[in-house]
Amino acid sequence: MGATINTEDERTLIRFEGVGKTFGRVRALADIDFAFTRGECVGIAGHNGAGKSTLMAVLAGVYAPTQGRIEVDGQSAPHYDANAARKAGVRCVFQELSLCANLTVAENMTIVHPKLRGRGWRRTATALMRDKLEEIFPGNGLKGNELVSDLTLTQQQMVEIARGFTVTDAPVRLVILDEPTSSLDAHTADQLLAFVRRAAESGITCLLITHMLGEIERVANRVMVMRDGGIVGVLPGNEANRASIIQAMGQHLEAEKTPAAARIRNAQSDDKPFRWNVGGRKHTLIEASRGEIVGFAGLAGQGQTEALLAIYEAATSHGAGRMKAAFVAGDRGRDGVFPVWSIAQNLDLRWLLGGAKRKRGLVDRAAARALVEAWRTKIGIRGAPMGAGILSLSGGNQQKVLFARALSSDAQLILMDDPTRGVDVGTKRDIYRLVHDEAAKGRTFIWYTTENEELSHCDRTYVFRSSAVTRVLHADECTEEALLAASFEEQAA
Amino acid sequence: MTPARITFRDTQARLRALLPAISLVAVLVPILVMQPAVMSYFGSSLLLNLAVPIVLATLAQLAIITVNDLDLSIGPFVSLVACIGATLLVKEPWLGALALVACVLAYAAVGALIELRQIPSIVVTLGLSFVWSGLAIVLLPSPGGASPGWLGTAMSYQTPFIAAPIVWSVLIAIAGHILLMRTSAGVRIRGAGGNPRAMRRFGWSLVRSKATLYGIAGVFGVLSGLSLLGLTTSADANLALRYTLLSIAAVILGGGEFVGGRVSVIGAVLGAITLTLAASFLAFLNISADWQVGMQGAILIVVLSLRVLLQRGERQ
Repeated sequence: MGATINTEDERTLIRFEGVGKTFGRVRALADIDFAFTRGECVGIAGHNGAGKSTLMAVLAGVYAPTQGRIEVDGQSAPHYDANAARKAGVRCVFQELSLCANLTVAENMTIVHPKLRGRGWRRTATALMRDKLEEIFPGNGLKGNELVSDLTLTQQQMVEIARGFTVTDAPVRLVILDEPTSSLDAHTADQLLAFVRRAAESGITCLLITHMLGEIERVANRVMVMRDGGIVGVLPGNEANRASIIQAMGQHLEAEKTPAAARIRNAQSDDKPFRWNVGGRKHTLIEASRGEIVGFAGLAGQGQTEALLAIYEAATSHGAGRMKAAFVAGDRGRDGVFPVWSIAQNLDLRWLLGGAKRKRGLVDRAAARALVEAWRTKIGIRGAPMGAGILSLSGGNQQKVLFARALSSDAQLILMDDPTRGVDVGTKRDIYRLVHDEAAKGRTFIWYTTENEELSHCDRTYVFRSSAVTRVLHADECTEEALLAASFEEQAA
Repeated sequence: MTPARITFRDTQARLRALLPAISLVAVLVPILVMQPAVMSYFGSSLLLNLAVPIVLATLAQLAIITVNDLDLSIGPFVSLVACIGATLLVKEPWLGALALVACVLAYAAVGALIELRQIPSIVVTLGLSFVWSGLAIVLLPSPGGASPGWLGTAMSYQTPFIAAPIVWSVLIAIAGHILLMRTSAGVRIRGAGGNPRAMRRFGWSLVRSKATLYGIAGVFGVLSGLSLLGLTTSADANLALRYTLLSIAAVILGGGEFVGGRVSVIGAVLGAITLTLAASFLAFLNISADWQVGMQGAILIVVLSLRVLLQRGERQ
């Protein structure tokens, strides 16, 4: 924009200097240097887990950074928390909505505005909310006294967005919009983008995080591209388009890639491949043959997990296509471990269901012990004796137990739901090796992952978008660029 | 969405909100048909005499259900308060008042502890129910004691035109409704039940919300115990044990839900009255008292089934 350094400084609202954030041993953000200036619209792009949401949570004061410093209006802000952020004029429209479903639209205003109290607060809140809703989404038809739980998801998102822009005591100077259009329809999304432009022109800094690169292209003055918890590029608005953003996102190609040619499959293609119809109206066809590793890719939450579950259901229900299947959960805490059971009990569970021979109608304990011991050495579970509680293991070792649980059974089809989430590199390598070995023995793997490097281990990759497969990539075509392009494919609707 | 659909949804929602009132009428009308004398000042006073402590205990339970917890100790707590009232409050009024204040503070502390340590409220309150019962037995090993004079006077106060229990219930319902449903502080406290993560994210203390609500529950528990003592004029360590389940039933009957912070003060008061009346209903039918508890359960099941049906209608 041709601004000199001096005026740029004056225009700076919030500056991040070397900001980093770690959760336990996981590094979510590293060395972020960025200055948000007044009245600009910054588009933020990046793959899942690139650190976008964490960065925004730090900016909104939800998480305190573990390193670095934050400056507000040129002044250092050492205790930057939710209240400090509110005073600085920062508002956040969260992706998973932060509305209270048991309160009305107007009542939800009290949560962000401590000043709404005393006589007539309800009238003030209703008026503020209705004005803002009308300003952003003309003709929305909301009255303000509806219970949030009675609204549709689109209406809830509209309320959440409008609430972010309402003003009581502290002025609104910076609004973070985290995937604001994910539940909006085309018409309301249009209204929102137009409003974001107007707001930026009137001096409110808007940060737009979205996977819809077309939206960034439309409204952003600058585009911040993130990857692996860092900023890998800042593109000026006039140069930002789908192609350049995708290029910036993929510029760090994984060096360690298993050459597709090096992996020799046993010629088992004479077998009939398995077929499943999944997705919306069962329109999506997934094929896999024996000994194949099939990948599911795409942005998170585009129907991959649902497809895995549908395959599991089809494989375990009675009738044609029934086969022995096992599932490796990605969300360990929720779907994977039995927290009060021992490591051994967690490991041999699937084996008890299929594979174990009963001894006089009871569990053969000696065989179970032998099985657990064999897998402990094979997969390298370290850190605690097998009789100890599962939670005494580190996350990576817990994940190994879950792998062993699936592989020690008689299952021929292994479904994996992003199994290396939050797992360190060493463990990942062990897991990859195991998957290759087991596939060579004739087991079929269907592997959903959010880490694109892992897809280089797959023979074929289905890329998902909005619960449908947009592309099928064979091992040799499965490059970072092709994956990103397919992931961000937008329907011509 | 067509306009017709919206109206349909609206009607369903309104019907659901009116369900507590409808169930009250459904119990009240047969009673009036059988015993028209119930309409009179004296009749209604007699019939609803015991409703006031139940209404108060129900609001105590409602405060806790608002933050998605459950209080299994409210019955023993009300009994303990009645025992304190019948012993300490008569002999040494200051000590008695102090003990009651300590009870309320203990409740608030329990609320803070439950949030801080993330312990299930059911476990804590189940344990506390034995503590309250034990204290009550220590204070009053055998039924007896006496109600302080002022308490008896207050509970037998004759209001003009409309019987006192009805007036009390209405006043309690209105006060509770304004505090919890209408003020901005009440709204924020309910928000803690609706979406605790969002509340924390915007800088509100959940510990404070929970401690406040448990403290309010303690206050209502104390009021319930005192009003019960004023009516019965003597206490017993097992006086109000059935209030625990009765209060939960009344809150749920009044449109409250176990999770999500959805509660209704007016509905809960109506629910408490409905359950009180349901007991008398069978008495009028000359059916033994043994069946009354079962009857209350049956009413609860019928009303909850209706509510589920209405919700399903809304969703479609």
